[in-house]
Amino acid sequence: MVEMNSHRRMQLYGALLLLPAAVLLSTFAYLPTITTLINSLFLPGFRGAPTEFVGLENYRLLIEDSTFWRVARNNLIYALGTIPTSIALALAMALFVNARLPGRGFVRMAYFTPTILPMIAAANIWMFFYAPQIGLFNKLLGALGLSGVNWLGDPSVALSSVIVMTVWKEAGFFMIFYLAALQGMAPELKEAADLEGTSRWSFFWRVTFPLLMPTTLFVLINALINAVRVVDHLFILTKGGPNNATNLLLYYVYENAFSFFDRTYAATITVVILVVLAIVATVKFAILDRRTHYQ
Amino acid sequence: MNHASQQRIRLEGVTKRWGDSRGVDGISFDVDPGQFVILLGPSGCGKSTTLRMIAGLEQATEGCIHIGERDVTRLPPGDRGLSMVFQSYALFPHLDVADNIVFGLRSRKVPRAERRERLQRVAELVDLGAYLDRKPAQLSGGQRQRVALARAIISEHPICLMDEPLSNLDARLRGEMRREIKALQTRLGMTVVYVTHDQVEAMSMGDRVILMQDGIIVQDDSPDDLYNRPATAFAASFIGSPAMNLVHLDAAGGKAVIDGEPSVAVAPVEASNGQLGLRPEDIVVLGPDDAGLPARVIDGEYLGADTILRLAVGSQVLRARLPGKRPLADGQRCRLGWAPAAAHLFGDDGARRDDLTPLTVSAAVGRPSGDGGHSASPSPSGTSPGIPS
Repeated sequence: MVEMNSHRRMQLYGALLLLPAAVLLSTFAYLPTITTLINSLFLPGFRGAPTEFVGLENYRLLIEDSTFWRVARNNLIYALGTIPTSIALALAMALFVNARLPGRGFVRMAYFTPTILPMIAAANIWMFFYAPQIGLFNKLLGALGLSGVNWLGDPSVALSSVIVMTVWKEAGFFMIFYLAALQGMAPELKEAADLEGTSRWSFFWRVTFPLLMPTTLFVLINALINAVRVVDHLFILTKGGPNNATNLLLYYVYENAFSFFDRTYAATITVVILVVLAIVATVKFAILDRRTHYQ
Repeated sequence: MNHASQQRIRLEGVTKRWGDSRGVDGISFDVDPGQFVILLGPSGCGKSTTLRMIAGLEQATEGCIHIGERDVTRLPPGDRGLSMVFQSYALFPHLDVADNIVFGLRSRKVPRAERRERLQRVAELVDLGAYLDRKPAQLSGGQRQRVALARAIISEHPICLMDEPLSNLDARLRGEMRREIKALQTRLGMTVVYVTHDQVEAMSMGDRVILMQDGIIVQDDSPDDLYNRPATAFAASFIGSPAMNLVHLDAAGGKAVIDGEPSVAVAPVEASNGQLGLRPEDIVVLGPDDAGLPARVIDGEYLGADTILRLAVGSQVLRARLPGKRPLADGQRCRLGWAPAAAHLFGDDGARRDDLTPLTVSAAVGRPSGDGGHSASPSPSGTSPGIPS
């Protein structure tokens, strides 16, 4: 009986320890998710009329919505354009500033600076780079005698311009994780490899890169979430234009919810985003986790 | 391992400086093929730096290093034809034992079939056959050490450098691995340069011990000579457990006496201001009425096979190792004696003084140092003519 009581007490103790996290997660993650899911099954009621349950009607509309597919394709290109590039760049920068070089601290800080800037501030800086008449890039091109490009106004270039800015902003952030992982690696590994005449290239692919796999996996998931999550720069740079050329999923959700006041349709898109993200993350973990060595 | 002519290592005036501080200060020595040479010294004495310069992991600031006929001073580590065992083992955590062992062979583009064949042989040699598909994290400390050894052996380089390879192991395993490494070295005829701060490893494994202090070589000798004829007071204090007693000498009555105990002369007057060194096992404790050096027991430490007594002599403290359990009570008075040959004299600069002959303290003890059997029973009195009283 006493034993049972002490067991119960331990369970209660554990439950109490979990409580703060559980309350926070439920309030700000699980409940909104469920509400969103429910909302996506209704049509909005205008002028005080009650909302109307329509089942999967919103999802049917979504499938027929060409703008949605355009935005989804944009987001895919955006993800493919930003994730591999920023990760490769982050790794290269981390390897560079992990080596002995003069002014190492300064270079590290310089690489990290874009990360400290708020997205809005960074976007404003890039506005100045991209501006058609007085922008830095076009001035430089002009100095070389080339005609300028309308970086943000030309539908065929605008998305690439947004991608370049995102890579600039994210690479420094991911570099910090790689740098931390590199500094955790024992220098004797390199020495042991050197004694066998292992080339730098071979050492990177046979030792450094595999040992960085946990970091790469972490950064990959983060980069994926960011590709869908971060839209602040669109407010400053393009507002999704021209002609939805730079519109991304979350910005489209925002437009639907707060410009077109179609909250239930916004909820529908959100549910689709959540499902896609969950699937991709699961696949990534399932495939990469098996090949990843955790220390 | 049959290029015997390529195995000789020669260091000439090798120096390593970082800014103003000298890590290694112009040291020279030769290592003959097949020799097991120990670099011994306290931490910070430059022994690891010396080893790393031989390996090529550090660049020598001055001097040159030859391996065989080649000047390797500026060669990268991979071109020097040597292997190394690290203190931390430096195993690749993501590779299994087999891949760890053949890592170097893959770097050197050894064909797969030969790799497998050599792996088989080496795994058997270090008794790792059953663990080839395990990751280093799944191995015990001793097994990891074996993997590191296997990696060094499989390269078939004639020279193997070892940087404190046993310091991460517990005491029992260390004893086992000491014997194993020594046996492997003898069997394969490897030339080994072995860094350690552990005098037991140095004494038991080395054909030759190079004792270093503050970046210079203090003594380069066989373990036997290092123990029995230490070149300096530092060498004397570094070897032996407990270490050799070093007591300060003063002048009194035209002779050198132990500081604070002027009644018994221990050395000629020229030895005063220097130090007298006595191995704990060379000190014989005599009865209080015997001839000898007056002393008082401070305390005793019973270790099973023997007892370490701390003895107060004048202002100095001596340790004596006596076999078995000693019934001497704390505070008891006694006399000490030792064979003159067991006494070592060091000048005030710490260097050994072979020009002086220690005096006989107690004629009852005449055996030369190194003989077994400590006479603990009070010797017959009245047979000690040479003893000043």
